[in-house]
Order: sequence, then C-alpha cells, then structure tokens
Amino acid sequence: MISVIDYGMGNLRSVAKALEAAGAGDVLVTSDIKTIDKADKIVLPGVGAMQDAMKELKRLDLIKVIKESILKKPFLGICLGLQLLFTESEEGHKTRGLGVFKGKVKRFSSDMKAPHMGWNQIVRRTKDVPSTWFDYAHHKSLRAGGRETKKNINLLKNIPDAAYFYFCHSYYVVPDDKGLIATTTEYGIDFVSSICKGNLFACQFHPEKSQSVGLKLLENFVRL
Amino acid sequence: MLTKRIIPCLDVKDGRVVKGVKFLNLKDAGDPVIIAKRYEEEQADELVFLDITASAENRNIILDVVRRTAENVFMPLTVGGGIRAIADIRALLNAGADKVSINTAAVKRPALIKEAADKFGSQCIVVAIDAKRVNSQWPMANGQTKKLSTIDYRLSTKKWEVYINGGRTPTGLDAVKWAKKAEASGAGEILLTSMDADGTKNGYDLELTNAITTAVNIPLIASGGAGKKEDFYTVLTEAGADAALAASLFHYQELRIKEVKSYLQKKGVLVRW
Repeated sequence: MISVIDYGMGNLRSVAKALEAAGAGDVLVTSDIKTIDKADKIVLPGVGAMQDAMKELKRLDLIKVIKESILKKPFLGICLGLQLLFTESEEGHKTRGLGVFKGKVKRFSSDMKAPHMGWNQIVRRTKDVPSTWFDYAHHKSLRAGGRETKKNINLLKNIPDAAYFYFCHSYYVVPDDKGLIATTTEYGIDFVSSICKGNLFACQFHPEKSQSVGLKLLENFVRL
Repeated sequence: MLTKRIIPCLDVKDGRVVKGVKFLNLKDAGDPVIIAKRYEEEQADELVFLDITASAENRNIILDVVRRTAENVFMPLTVGGGIRAIADIRALLNAGADKVSINTAAVKRPALIKEAADKFGSQCIVVAIDAKRVNSQWPMANGQTKKLSTIDYRLSTKKWEVYINGGRTPTGLDAVKWAKKAEASGAGEILLTSMDADGTKNGYDLELTNAITTAVNIPLIASGGAGKKEDFYTVLTEAGADAALAASLFHYQELRIKEVKSYLQKKGVLVRW
C-alpha cells in the first residue's frame, strides 16, 4: 500500500489518481500516523508555502513518522515535498524544514519570472563530479571506453535524458551535499530539480502532471 | 530551458463543452473529459476550462467535470468562471484543478487575490483580465464613429480598460495598472484576453500583450484573436507572452496543436516536443 500524506497542501487527488494510472493497486490519501507507518511506500506531495506546511505537519503530529519512514521505505517527495526535506527556507522569515538534509531553499532571483511555470528539461548529473568538471570527466570516461558517467537513478529508468517535466514553483533547493543531486534544470541558473539517496527520490517538478513521461516515473516508483 | 506553452481552452456549460459566437447560439460540442484527452494526445501543454454555467446551483457540475478530468488526464488544468470566494477555490483545487482563474471577483475585491495566494500559494492563482482598447473608435463630426485603422492606432494613446462580467461591464480600471496590482497582491500568472481581438482571427493584440508583459514579472497567457500559426509566433516572441491560448481554432481543428508547435520549433521558438 502506498500512503500519500495529506496535510492540507494542494492537489493530492491528482497524485493519487496518477499513481493508480501508473499501476499502483492500493493508494491511500491519509494523515493517519498508523496508516503511514504501515505503508510500503510513502509519497509526500504538496504545493504552497513551507511555513504553512510545517505548521500543518506539526499540528497533525506527522513529523516523526515521516522522518522515520524516510529511512525505512521507498519515499517520493514532490515539489514542496522536496523543499520540506531541507533545513531552512528563505520563504517567510527563515522557516525551518524537516531537516532530513542540510541545505537551503532559495527564491529565484528577481531577473527571472517567478513562478517558474511550465515545461522544462531535467538533466542527470554525474556522480560526485563538480559540474565545472563535468565535460572533462565525461570526456575522460568516454576515451577510456568507460560507461556513461551520468547517475543511474531507479526512478528515471527508461526516461530519456533532457525529458520535459511540468514545473510550478518560485523556490528551489540548494543541498550542502552535492552528492544528493540527481538532476538539474536550467532557468537562469542550473538549479537542482531532483535529489536521490538510497530509496529516497524527491523532485521539484510534478510527475503527476507531466503526461506519459511523468506516469513512467511513477510507474518506476510503484515497481520498486 | 523553459518552453513556451500552447493552451487549448474549453467553454463548459452545465457540464458540457459548448461552442458559439460571443456566448450566443451555444451548441453542444461534447464531453469535456473526452475532449481533454484528445488535447493531451495532441501534446497540449495545459488545459483551461472556462465555466460559463449561469446559475450558482449548478456549481457542483463543474466540480464533477474537474474530478473526472483529473482522473483521466495527467496534465496541468486551470479552471475559471464564477469563482467568488476562498471556498470556491478550495473546492476546485480539491477536485483536481491545479490553478484557478479569477476575474470579476478579483476586480470587485482585490483582497481576494492576496487571501487566496496566502492560503494556496501564488502558483495556483491566475488573474484573468478582459481588456478593451480605449478609443478604438474615433468620433467624427457627423456624430458617427469611425473604426480606427492601424495608422490611427499608432497615433492614439495606448490605453486599455478592464471589463468584468464576461466583458459586459466596464470598470474604468487601466489594464496595465490592474495587472501590476494583481501581481503585487500575489497573482502567480495573468490570463490576458483582448476583447478587440477576440473572435476576429486577425491575431493577438500584440501591443496590449507587450504592454503587460513589460510591466509585470509573472508569466502571462495571451488570449483572443489567434487565426493562424504565425499569430502564435508573434505573440510569443515580439509580444513576450509565455503561453498562447486558443479555443475555437483548436476545437474545430482549423489548426492542430502539433502544427502550431512544429511551426514554432522551425522558427526557433522552444516548445515541448
């Protein structure tokens, strides 16, 4: 059973319906601690402001169960569900997040239109290679007859590199540990559009709104 | 890089897609869910439903349409028409809409934009503006009016007035100023319809669109006047719109979304392909 955590932040119905369309047999939209604890997989969706989200998570007493689940079972964070994993946001007087990972949530600079709204490409990052060294490392590995240096991420299986996903946000995450970065996306800057670690994957884009390529990602999650 | 968006719009009345000229002689044009699915297959980037159901009792019908659409179509959905209060917005978002578009109620009570953005986030609050050029007709000595030519337009001062109630009621508000106020109040996007261009198929109002895209720093969907694929190109490049919307053109398949996108791509405009 997949639990979609309901804490009153946005369009959860779409997430549940998309998971079902991607082949999930049993999807429950819930804020019940016991149900979440029993679930095989967890999805933390959400849109809106981090401050309100943290307030609601506290009120519903969900913080502990979310943090525990992240260590134990496959976890998918979407949009605000990615941002919430970090320590601190610029949004609304330095709101503190769940702090699963060290890092900040920042607003796009004022020379870019915000929200960043629409379809944009995700590009897989190389493993542990600083982005400025990307070309060099890639070149070296190809010359050595080496395999693709790009990160091999379960949830992006059978999704072409530079595929288009739907985005709708004004803030983006800046992880301290660059090793977390799964994909980046260009919008004025190269920002982090998804992270992964073990069984955890969290993305800034909305797979549930990204037509067939989004359903593919969800199908990969359902099949984990 | 972020792509430009092509957005088909469906007019929905009592749960059915309807077509007519300026909301008159409405004809049944099918089930919204089936048409939405067709647009998804055609690679539309988003969908807009405009609910033109007159009576308040029938509000539940649009919620059902949104629910059924969200179950079958996995793409962004904006719903507008008849939204008056926070409760209307919550009901639509819970049913599966990603964004709501507010028009008349926002003009009547601008605080609604801020309340809605605070509650649900700016990213789901679209402010729809219906604007009409001021002095689009010039009074003549014999008491009649003369329709302005292109040259006359350049000579006239460029001003547009905001209309509400489906374009029936002038408000005295300047469209550019109102767009700025909507942005400052927390709107995440503007859906701009030129009442002069709407239904003409002579192209979008580039001046109006440009006046507003240069005044605000939020995305803008241009609407009204699309007749051929070149119109999409000019509004997305020259006028700086982020997205272009059309209704009848796509509905009657006078142009296919794919044709528009392939044309844009050839001209060097970034679209999702």
